[in-house]
Amino acid sequence: MRLRTLVLREIFERKSQLFTSFLAILLGITVIVSIKNISHYSEGAVAQEMDSLGANVLVLPKSATLQDYYSADMQGETIPEEYVTQLAMSDLAGLDNISPKLSVPVQLQGKNFTLTGILPKNEFQAKAAWSGAGIFSRPVGCGASVGMMGSDDKKTLSRKKVIETLEYNEALLGADVAAKLGLKDADKLEVLGKKFTVTAVLPQTGTVDDSRIFAHLHTVQELAGKGPVVNAIEIIGCCQEISAGLVDKLNRLLPDARVVTVAQIAKSQIKINRMMSNLSLMFLVIIVFVGGASIANYMYANVFERRREIGTLMALGADSRLILKVFLLKALLLGGAGGIGGYVLGSIFAMVLGPQLAGIRVWPMWELSIAAVGISIGLTLVASYFPARRAARLDPCATFQEI
Amino acid sequence: MLKMENVSKTYRHRGQTVTALDNATVEIPRGDFVSVVGPSGSGKSTLLLMLGGMLSPSQGRVFLEEQSIYDLNPNERARLRREKVGFVFQTFNLVPYLSALENVQIPLFLAKMDNDAQGERAVALLERVGLGDRLHHKPCELSVGQQQRVALARMLANDPAVILADEPTGNLDPETSQQIIGFLEKFNEEGKTIVMVTHDPLAAKRAKRTLRLADGAILSERQAEETLHVA
Repeated sequence: MRLRTLVLREIFERKSQLFTSFLAILLGITVIVSIKNISHYSEGAVAQEMDSLGANVLVLPKSATLQDYYSADMQGETIPEEYVTQLAMSDLAGLDNISPKLSVPVQLQGKNFTLTGILPKNEFQAKAAWSGAGIFSRPVGCGASVGMMGSDDKKTLSRKKVIETLEYNEALLGADVAAKLGLKDADKLEVLGKKFTVTAVLPQTGTVDDSRIFAHLHTVQELAGKGPVVNAIEIIGCCQEISAGLVDKLNRLLPDARVVTVAQIAKSQIKINRMMSNLSLMFLVIIVFVGGASIANYMYANVFERRREIGTLMALGADSRLILKVFLLKALLLGGAGGIGGYVLGSIFAMVLGPQLAGIRVWPMWELSIAAVGISIGLTLVASYFPARRAARLDPCATFQEI
Repeated sequence: MLKMENVSKTYRHRGQTVTALDNATVEIPRGDFVSVVGPSGSGKSTLLLMLGGMLSPSQGRVFLEEQSIYDLNPNERARLRREKVGFVFQTFNLVPYLSALENVQIPLFLAKMDNDAQGERAVALLERVGLGDRLHHKPCELSVGQQQRVALARMLANDPAVILADEPTGNLDPETSQQIIGFLEKFNEEGKTIVMVTHDPLAAKRAKRTLRLADGAILSERQAEETLHVA
């Protein structure tokens, strides 16, 4: 005879009475796991979608008007490059990539193009003060963009707006520029009197970027004679952080600049995320109240029903701690089974319903198993504590009416 | 062995004070076999519960082997019961979802005995009461006489010095009653001190002496034969 034998025998003897309470906690955990699982993959899918669009936050001169999102940097006004430092050094969460741009119109072989200065990633990392703090020390994971950081493929610029390395005499050509000038990789090119080597021809994007020649920001600044300024700073911000007020925080950080975002995309994401979050919170509240009340009710009834048995155990020498353990171990087993069962069922539901409801593929998340079992066990233990304490404090005499 | 000194128990019921036991003094030496008789509500149960450390007196003291039971805290009293007291109940109080073997193992489990040793001792005890072939039967699968024998085996598990029996034959037919009283006599011969509450005069006469209670007071203490004569 062991404590668990005593508890398990009782559970299986009276399993029909336990069924309703078990079902309440099982279904509650199932629903929470399903929603969390689907919403996690949904957020990931939308983040990836956002990522494919490139920058979703722009920092522009105060007086700038935004006619075309993709040509926001092609206006005469400028802001200090110092703003890039301020952004990189800030403790703002959700800044995945920062890409300053300075654009100047150029004419090559009688055709008009735009020379755009960009700051490669290695410029950020080269500055010790930036790499020790700011965006590189922040936790990553708000979008697929993070995985692109280490890529050496310079063609990622067309999609990412970020490039790992770019020498002062290197240039990247938009697809239209390359086609119109008949240039390809490793060809030489002279712009505003400076010779560049074409390191990559970018794929077609269908945007104004196809008509751009990209070079190092500092080279373009020197050629334009404008000093350390930029026309725009493109930022890839996490959707969640945008929804949490990233734009307001940026406005406060850079009061002399204008910060805009792809509001519609961000808003739809905010709406979905908030709905999912509210839904899972709602179910958590329901399970806490309904599941908790059901378990507490069942446990009180169980204590009442077993008062003679409790009195017998006390007469045989059981102390109050053992009686408490009998009921709390039962709650632990109930919670553990509800949590594991809820996780398994919830994951299956998520995998089945995810493609139908959200149009995404969903895989089980093991992290949710810990949360599911934790919530379930915590709930059953809390709900059972007072009934268990009542059992432990029962007057054994009152349990033997015939004595 | 067991001693009550001027013990009273009163409690409030619907605004009235009820006296369950009134200034009772009794001494039960080691190896004694005492039957407690009296009409319903006379305080027999209260006396038995107090001797077993299950019900604290309103006044007076109760001793078990010179230890004042109610000077101990509840968990210490539980330990005392576990080590020195065995209860037998009128309705047996077997745990319904456990087998006969597991029921007998309960006191051994409470005494933290190793699982294998528990099994061996429980089998031996059940064989002693003639239930070696009913080890894995649940209470509902046993006759009432067999259930009471399982209860006796369970009571003996931790080899208690004192046996407190509440109407142990109250639910049994005469033949089985004789069998159970026979077991109690045997345990008494082995040196155990027995206090038995009973309404059955035939069972009462098998004790060495009899305490008679009425309205919470001990009226008389007589030798078994005299009590039988009165009955």
